[in-house]
Amino acid sequence: MTGTGSIGRRLTFLLAGVAALLSVLSWGMVTGLALEAAERTQDNVLAASATTIAETLRSEQGQVQLELPYSAFAMLGAISEDRVFYLVTAGEEMLTGYPDLPVPQLGPPSPGRVVFDTGNYRGAEIRMAMLTRLVLAGAQPVPVTVTVAQTRNGVDAITGELSQLAATLAVAFFLVAVALSFFAARTSLRPLNEIARAVSRRGPSDLRPLRRDAPAELAPLLAALNRLMARLGQSIQRSEDFIAEAAHRVRTPLATVRVQAEIALRSIEDEAQRRRLRQMIRAVDESSRSAEQILDHATVAYRTDDLARDRIDLAELARQTAKALEPTAAMKDIELRLETEPAEVAGDAVLLDSALRNVLDNAIKYSPEDTTVRLTVSTDGGEARMAVSDQGPGLGEGPAEALTERFRRGSNTEGIVGSGLGLTIVDDVLRAHGGRLELGRVKKGEGACVTLVLPLA
Amino acid sequence: MRHARAAIGLILTVWLWVGSAAGLEIEDRRHYPGTGERVLRILSTADLTVFDPFLAAFHRERPDLALDYSVVSSAELHRAIREGAAFDLAISSAMDLQFQLVNDGFAQDYRSAVTETLPGWARWREQIFAFTTEPAVVVISTERFAGLPPPETRQDLIDVLRDHPERFHGAVGTYDVRVSGLGYLFATQEARSTDAYWRLSEVMGRLDPQLYCCSGQMIDDVASGRLALAYNVLGSYAADRLAQDSGGRVRILRMQDFSNVILRTAFIPMAATEREAAGALIDTLLIAGLRESPGDWPLPPLGRASEGSGAGFGPIRLGPALMVYLDPLNRRAFLREWENAMEQR
Repeated sequence: MTGTGSIGRRLTFLLAGVAALLSVLSWGMVTGLALEAAERTQDNVLAASATTIAETLRSEQGQVQLELPYSAFAMLGAISEDRVFYLVTAGEEMLTGYPDLPVPQLGPPSPGRVVFDTGNYRGAEIRMAMLTRLVLAGAQPVPVTVTVAQTRNGVDAITGELSQLAATLAVAFFLVAVALSFFAARTSLRPLNEIARAVSRRGPSDLRPLRRDAPAELAPLLAALNRLMARLGQSIQRSEDFIAEAAHRVRTPLATVRVQAEIALRSIEDEAQRRRLRQMIRAVDESSRSAEQILDHATVAYRTDDLARDRIDLAELARQTAKALEPTAAMKDIELRLETEPAEVAGDAVLLDSALRNVLDNAIKYSPEDTTVRLTVSTDGGEARMAVSDQGPGLGEGPAEALTERFRRGSNTEGIVGSGLGLTIVDDVLRAHGGRLELGRVKKGEGACVTLVLPLA
Repeated sequence: MRHARAAIGLILTVWLWVGSAAGLEIEDRRHYPGTGERVLRILSTADLTVFDPFLAAFHRERPDLALDYSVVSSAELHRAIREGAAFDLAISSAMDLQFQLVNDGFAQDYRSAVTETLPGWARWREQIFAFTTEPAVVVISTERFAGLPPPETRQDLIDVLRDHPERFHGAVGTYDVRVSGLGYLFATQEARSTDAYWRLSEVMGRLDPQLYCCSGQMIDDVASGRLALAYNVLGSYAADRLAQDSGGRVRILRMQDFSNVILRTAFIPMAATEREAAGALIDTLLIAGLRESPGDWPLPPLGRASEGSGAGFGPIRLGPALMVYLDPLNRRAFLREWENAMEQR
């Protein structure tokens, strides 16, 4: 198969690609949310710490005083092992803390509101929370700013941990999604495969339309396939009709020629002319026989498609067929000897007659003059056997199966006119009835025995 | 000033300091020669008598290293590290000062298989590691306490002191929290944890308390009978042994209502050059600290804190809260109150 590759694989890859994208997205989202949550937690604790410190601010003798509460730092130590820095300024004057600590530079400080910012201090990234409170020191209120800062190792650790967890989950999700994609692709392609199997299961001449439920997407394909098969069937039918018609049209004038030739033969005395006429009659006979066989073949091909299953007594069939061929045999002084016992089979009388006639015809044709052709009908186990044996040259060397091929003739048939269709027709008929053709010799080097084997009804 | 005299008495040997931190007041110093050229410089507050067994054990493990051990006060250590003095290891029992140095970024990270086994409360940020737990105790002279029941709680102690002012006048010793970092840590933690502290301080203040810079001198004075009672002494095996050697003249008491337990900690300063050797010494100290039985070491192991010996109080937590009382405003306020209580003359 060449072309665009497997739909299933493409579907799997496509779905897996979507899953990979979603996995990465979900990992990114969880990591982002984890960072957000950890940062907010830290912000809240920093804000609480700054607020706790700011609440101790008071004024004593015109001076701003404060006392760092133990809990303000204890709460910072409780959530992570992060370094803590702080700075308290009253107006422009530093009260206590780390004098070089950066403070949030986010607009003018508004009393009572905590502002946050991120910065760098002593070689580490820090998060700052700043709170401004007005304290009445002396005559006028002084803005006192409390800044509490903490490094972000705790946030990084929590985020890293959750990110890793999210990554593990994303990978697991992706693997499950790939497995499901594979399964989904297979499931959705199953109807297609089923149709393909149904088509390939069919016999070579089965052109009936496919009658099965198909998904909406496959219905046009199925309809197109059925239309194609219908057209193909019509086309084959037409060509077979044409061949049959042609054979038929050739046969009728040939019969006329033969009758005229026979009348001429009777009225002519000259031996040389009589010989020529006899040759002519024989050639006409052969052509007529060939046309008949082509017709038979067309009939077989047509009738086996829709085989009739009538009950037929092979003994009766053999008698009628033999009777029909009596004149031909008589021309060569060949005796047709019948030995029958009743044997009922289910099948198409026309086809079976045609098959037997072909075999008998062959036997008569290849037998020397003044010999006997035996036709026996017998039963053996569950099978009916119709055997035709002659005293002719036999079937020649080479594989017996080759003789049933279309237009193939035995290796010892030179000098005898024939189409090569005879045994092909017989074989086709027997196969259609579930039987088989057996080819053998009566005696070594002498005569042929052709047996038509059919299952008993 | 008694405490000044006591400080001078403690200084046994003083070498001239020619290191990078000019003017470092070294109380004691010892050099352990090594076979190699590398020198591990240790700055510590622990006396050599207490710390020599640890150093000797490490020296046996790593004979290639020369050890240079300097004893300074916790305030001196704090100042020297802050100024970037070139030491490879800083060891101190003043947890708050140690913690502040680490918080302010003067310590390096150190990780090893041993530090991993350390419980969470005994380390902080893979930078500072505790290897002992040492309780604050009361040391009494049995002679001076003759006929009195030994106090078990602060309330007992307050009652005893209040009821017998003539017996205890001038005979009560405690840390001068203005000079002793450890004394300040004990006092602030106690003031935070129990309201009996200030009442006890008031009572002691009326008895003309003797103020000391260091535990050793206080214990000596109790042993000699000059003091009837030393309050908030750093209890360790050395003190226990002294009590045994005194033939019953000295007793160690642990207050049952509340008792401070400090962690002696070590960290590698930023200016350290022998990081690997310093880490190896930390491992040795931690292995000694993590030992199951007390053994023959002069300092108690970490495990005693979790055993619930004494009153069952856990050690002071290593965390940013330790820095609260180091804040200049808080310190000024605390000292003012302490002086008001202690110096009622």
